[in-house]
Amino acid sequence: MTRVLLDPTNERSVLQRSRVERPASLHGKTIGLLDISKPRGDVFLNRIEQRLTGLGATVLRFKKPTFTKPAPVDLRHEIATRCEMVIEALAD
Amino acid sequence: MHQECRSESPGDVTCVAAGYVSAVVDLSERHHQRPILPDGLVVIVKQDCETCRMIAPLLAEFAATVYTQDDPTFPEGADPIFDADLAVSWHHSIETVPTLIRVVDGHEVERTVGWLRSDWQRITGVDTLGERLPVMRPGCGSLSVDPNLLDSLRVRFSGGVLRSRRLELADLDDEMEVLFDRGVTDGLPVTPPTEARVLRMLEGTTRAPDDVVAIVAPDLVEVTIEKVAINAVMAGCRPEHLPWVIAALEAVCTDEFNIHGVLATTMPVGPVVICNGPGTRAVGLNSGVNVFGQGNRANHTIGRAVQLVVRNIGGGRPGGVDRAAHGNPGKLSFCFAEDEVGSPFTSLAVSRGFAANVDTVTVFAGEGPRCIVDQLARDPDQLANTIAACLRTAHHPKLVIGYDCLLVLGPEHARVFGEAGWTRERLLAELHDRLQIPGRELVRGAGGMAEGVPEYLVDLTLGKFRPDGLLLVHAGGGAGLFSAMIGGWANGDLGSRPVTRRVVR
Repeated sequence: MTRVLLDPTNERSVLQRSRVERPASLHGKTIGLLDISKPRGDVFLNRIEQRLTGLGATVLRFKKPTFTKPAPVDLRHEIATRCEMVIEALAD
Repeated sequence: MHQECRSESPGDVTCVAAGYVSAVVDLSERHHQRPILPDGLVVIVKQDCETCRMIAPLLAEFAATVYTQDDPTFPEGADPIFDADLAVSWHHSIETVPTLIRVVDGHEVERTVGWLRSDWQRITGVDTLGERLPVMRPGCGSLSVDPNLLDSLRVRFSGGVLRSRRLELADLDDEMEVLFDRGVTDGLPVTPPTEARVLRMLEGTTRAPDDVVAIVAPDLVEVTIEKVAINAVMAGCRPEHLPWVIAALEAVCTDEFNIHGVLATTMPVGPVVICNGPGTRAVGLNSGVNVFGQGNRANHTIGRAVQLVVRNIGGGRPGGVDRAAHGNPGKLSFCFAEDEVGSPFTSLAVSRGFAANVDTVTVFAGEGPRCIVDQLARDPDQLANTIAACLRTAHHPKLVIGYDCLLVLGPEHARVFGEAGWTRERLLAELHDRLQIPGRELVRGAGGMAEGVPEYLVDLTLGKFRPDGLLLVHAGGGAGLFSAMIGGWANGDLGSRPVTRRVVR
């Protein structure tokens, strides 16, 4: 006798997206730095900003309201429209 | 090997294994339309029923369409229609035979079950009908509600309401292993979610299978009643547990509770489900002996079903979005009821604004429980001192305000407060008073410990918990001068708030 079970999952297929090509140079690029609001994340990002600026990049700083929740959709949209690349900082 | 089946058109399911079509299962029998009864009188009988045999001769005295459930030749001379697949009986909710129905313009307007002479005379319009028969005889159970047939009939006639993808197992497949292989278990075997079991589970709620319960993080996917029921079957729930699972999911999938963060944190927390109301006793939830421990089906399966939905619908899996460093055993399931009957206090749900006769679940982002021992205190002040001293250690004795805590007072401890006339409000106020801590004890470096609050708070006095950050529940076995504390996670808008939802059948 055929045994049939019901799928307990959300039945979604994972969307495959290719990565953006690695730029040959950061000179002239706009890079977003997203602080997730963990303690001392700013220490790490300040240093990264120095390094990136030294390489000729323009750095824009962003911050999540809280590290415990995903970035609000408006913030994600703003980063996507204003930046060519983004670095998200984990910290502790 | 298993196959994946997807419905391409009504009636057909295409099963695909390793990329090729291997079987088409005809499910057309599952798409039965509700048969329309002919106008006039309709009688449903079965031969294996003494009352049906008793009234059979009467069928010659009036015009009626007769359906027979078991013997196509019964009743003799009545020209019966054989309800071989019981479709007529099922769709017209025949629970007893004989049933006499009067139909006008395709709609039922009158019905009687068994033999009640006055009813039959009125409905048929034959004033002398059955005058020699007893005034009343009860009928027999309809074959369409026979316990041995019920599951298969439900699949046959209601299976079409289930929209989920079908997984067809090959003969040699072990269904337990298939479910492990698909990654849909929590590490323990699950009950295979067959159509019959899922349909039976859906009997536990009045909500439609395609009704959306919530949007589940982290994948932000809508979960329907049907998907909850499938996971509840896997968890081992009974149908009466389903409304509790649904309510807990409604509470968990709120911005306030923030299940995404509860999963993603490296701390060892998960949803702790606290059940309140008279329904807790009706569905067998445990609030007493071994309240957090093994041995109770309702506690374990309700909490487990919630976690399986988060895993299978929300996509929250350990090592994926779930980044807990240690986790805790309660992340398999952590659900219990408050002992309201034996409590000297108002319940948690009442303190959160619900009536005492309403069933609710409250979800709290908590770690595992830890025992608070005081076997000597006999007055409330001494016992409050002990409890406060233990609560101070939640997560770290020098960390304050940022974490809530759930205090589960055992009956023998609660009795000390109750006999002294302390209310819930009094006890919580006394505990908060005892947990006002000088900043000099809390700042970083104090006591030789680097952990603590920033130095600029040194001259302040700080509460261990925010004013509503201590939740009180009464539960546990009747013997043992113990209580339990369950530490929380980042609280308030920054993290997770406890959420209470009403349980609706």
